[in-house]
Amino acid sequence: MLDYEGNLLDTNIPDIANNQQQLIKLYQSMVSTRLFDKKATLLQRRGQLGTYSSSLGQEAIGATIGCLMHDEDVLFNYYREYAAQFMRGVKMSEILLYWGGNEQGMNFQKARHDFPICIPIASQVPQAVGAAYAMQLRKQQRVAVCVLGDGATSKGDFYEAINAAGIWNLPIIFVINNNRWAISLPQDKQTHAQTLAQKAIAAGIAGEQVDGNDTIALYCRLKKALEKARSGAGATIIEALTYRLCDHTTADDASHYRNQQEVQENWHYEPIQRLKYYLIKQGYWSNADEEKLYSQSQEKVETAVKEYLNTPEQSPESMFDYLYETLPDTLVEQRNSIMVKEPK
Amino acid sequence: MADVTMLDAINMGLRTEMAADSNVVLLGEDIGVNGGVFRATAGLQNTFGKQRVIDTPLSETLIAGMAIGMAAEGLKPVVEIQFMGFIYATFDQIINHASRLRNRTRGRLTCPLVLRAPFGGGIHAPEHHSESTEALLAHIPGLRVVIPSSPSRAYGLLLAAIRDPDPVIFLEPKRIYRMFKQQVQDNAEALPLDVCFVLTEGTDVTLVSWGAMIHETLAAAEQLATNGINAEVIDVATIKPLDMNTILESVAKTGHCVIVHEAAKTCGVGAEIAAQLAEQGLMSLFAPVERVTGFDTVMPLFKLEQKYMPSVVRIIAAVTRSLKNA
Repeated sequence: MLDYEGNLLDTNIPDIANNQQQLIKLYQSMVSTRLFDKKATLLQRRGQLGTYSSSLGQEAIGATIGCLMHDEDVLFNYYREYAAQFMRGVKMSEILLYWGGNEQGMNFQKARHDFPICIPIASQVPQAVGAAYAMQLRKQQRVAVCVLGDGATSKGDFYEAINAAGIWNLPIIFVINNNRWAISLPQDKQTHAQTLAQKAIAAGIAGEQVDGNDTIALYCRLKKALEKARSGAGATIIEALTYRLCDHTTADDASHYRNQQEVQENWHYEPIQRLKYYLIKQGYWSNADEEKLYSQSQEKVETAVKEYLNTPEQSPESMFDYLYETLPDTLVEQRNSIMVKEPK
Repeated sequence: MADVTMLDAINMGLRTEMAADSNVVLLGEDIGVNGGVFRATAGLQNTFGKQRVIDTPLSETLIAGMAIGMAAEGLKPVVEIQFMGFIYATFDQIINHASRLRNRTRGRLTCPLVLRAPFGGGIHAPEHHSESTEALLAHIPGLRVVIPSSPSRAYGLLLAAIRDPDPVIFLEPKRIYRMFKQQVQDNAEALPLDVCFVLTEGTDVTLVSWGAMIHETLAAAEQLATNGINAEVIDVATIKPLDMNTILESVAKTGHCVIVHEAAKTCGVGAEIAAQLAEQGLMSLFAPVERVTGFDTVMPLFKLEQKYMPSVVRIIAAVTRSLKNA
């Protein structure tokens, strides 16, 4: 709907295109996520964070998901859609704690039903189907939102899960962040299918492709899919086309396998500037707003970093304390042994 | 009080807990209309409906993953995997997620699921239907692995497994599904998890086993008794976490220990019991610990399966070897 200079191409103008407040909220979320990413990557380089996976260039997908989900919905996320998590109340410091090696980062203080980041590829997809089944069984007006990458669509878990979502007509949406690269594998080596959305056909559910860097188009399609799921009309796959402007993670060097020129070209299509141009053209946004947003977001990120760095380490015995609801007797001795202070 | 097989007892336990707790749901392949390939869930879909007794597509990974999503949402899913040979497709979900969901979220999300699977040999089943690979799961922190050996323990332990707030792998020795009947009262009373059951008391040798092999172990104990040897038979029942205290107390009394399991020897649960006896009970032992187990071979097709499985003769031979060292 939006071209790369922020012009609205569609003649049928959706409500969101004129919703200044909502668009600004989305823009703020995307900008603060980008600043967060930059900072997290820096912390990793300085040895203050473990391996980190950036969402650079893909912020619109997470922001739009987070903006449209209801509080009571459940998010099953892999490791890039931070913007969605932040929108849902997950703290930046919690994400830093997670990548900083502290399980407390998965003990979200808000979004208590959301699953933590899922590392084994596509394994969150069947889980989301289970949650959606529970919602349907209890006749709740809730939706499970499952986000996955393009690589995940090659895994059996994904096929098994979308197939089941179709059988039971479940309240679920599957959002595929197609950033074109699954670590080193480009899409044409991942699948011979023309699109990832068309995989929905095999499951008998709806599937569509959307420009994942076009916030307005994303918003329209996701909103429709969420409303459909919530009304009992079943599942949708949304393939959001974007581009991974970053390395896979901080442990990766994409120059081994990816042409730098391709990356440069894709900066032209990234979602933040596109939405910014539109906001400016609409008269919703000024340079002063922009300056204020950046300084406020930076401050928010710095506060989160401080909170992260000042969080006390967990005690060694915490390894045992959440393993079972009640620690089996057989583990008490092991737990006690870890609490004995080693002689200096 | 009803005279029931282990299968009947499992069915009765599921029915009782589903009636008592509307959060309990069953899911698996052919468990609804068909009542399960062994009929463990027969009639339950009629009583509790298609939404709570769910015939799933043929997708083991999906089933296990779904159960995790359901459990985190507050349901109490009881999964049936048709045979243990098909359980491996669930391992990504069980090991990477179910066993650690509580831990990784510091108790925010929990995973009170039960995964039932028939296991073990002896019923002339096709390839991949007869293995005993319980030790793979017993290795995983955060799981419970429970194996009943009689109708009454199947009933009581299954209720306990469903009520447990953490994931339980419930392995059913299918050879004894219909082998014998027992009086079981449908009183909704669970048996304790995490403890061994002393089935017969004795002073001369401790026989440790679980699952279908309890049958051969008890038969061996009976034969030994006719020769004046009093064996204490222990049913481990929960192989993870392992109640070593009961085994150590027994060995302190008898000084001899023979471990019997159908699974392959190397890194079997018997190896763990023997290691813990070496750590904590060595001074009680008058003889080396004996293990009577399946061989470290591929489980043969059914023509040879009786040769693979520990027999009463092999158990008695092991006891005799052990007692020679008295």
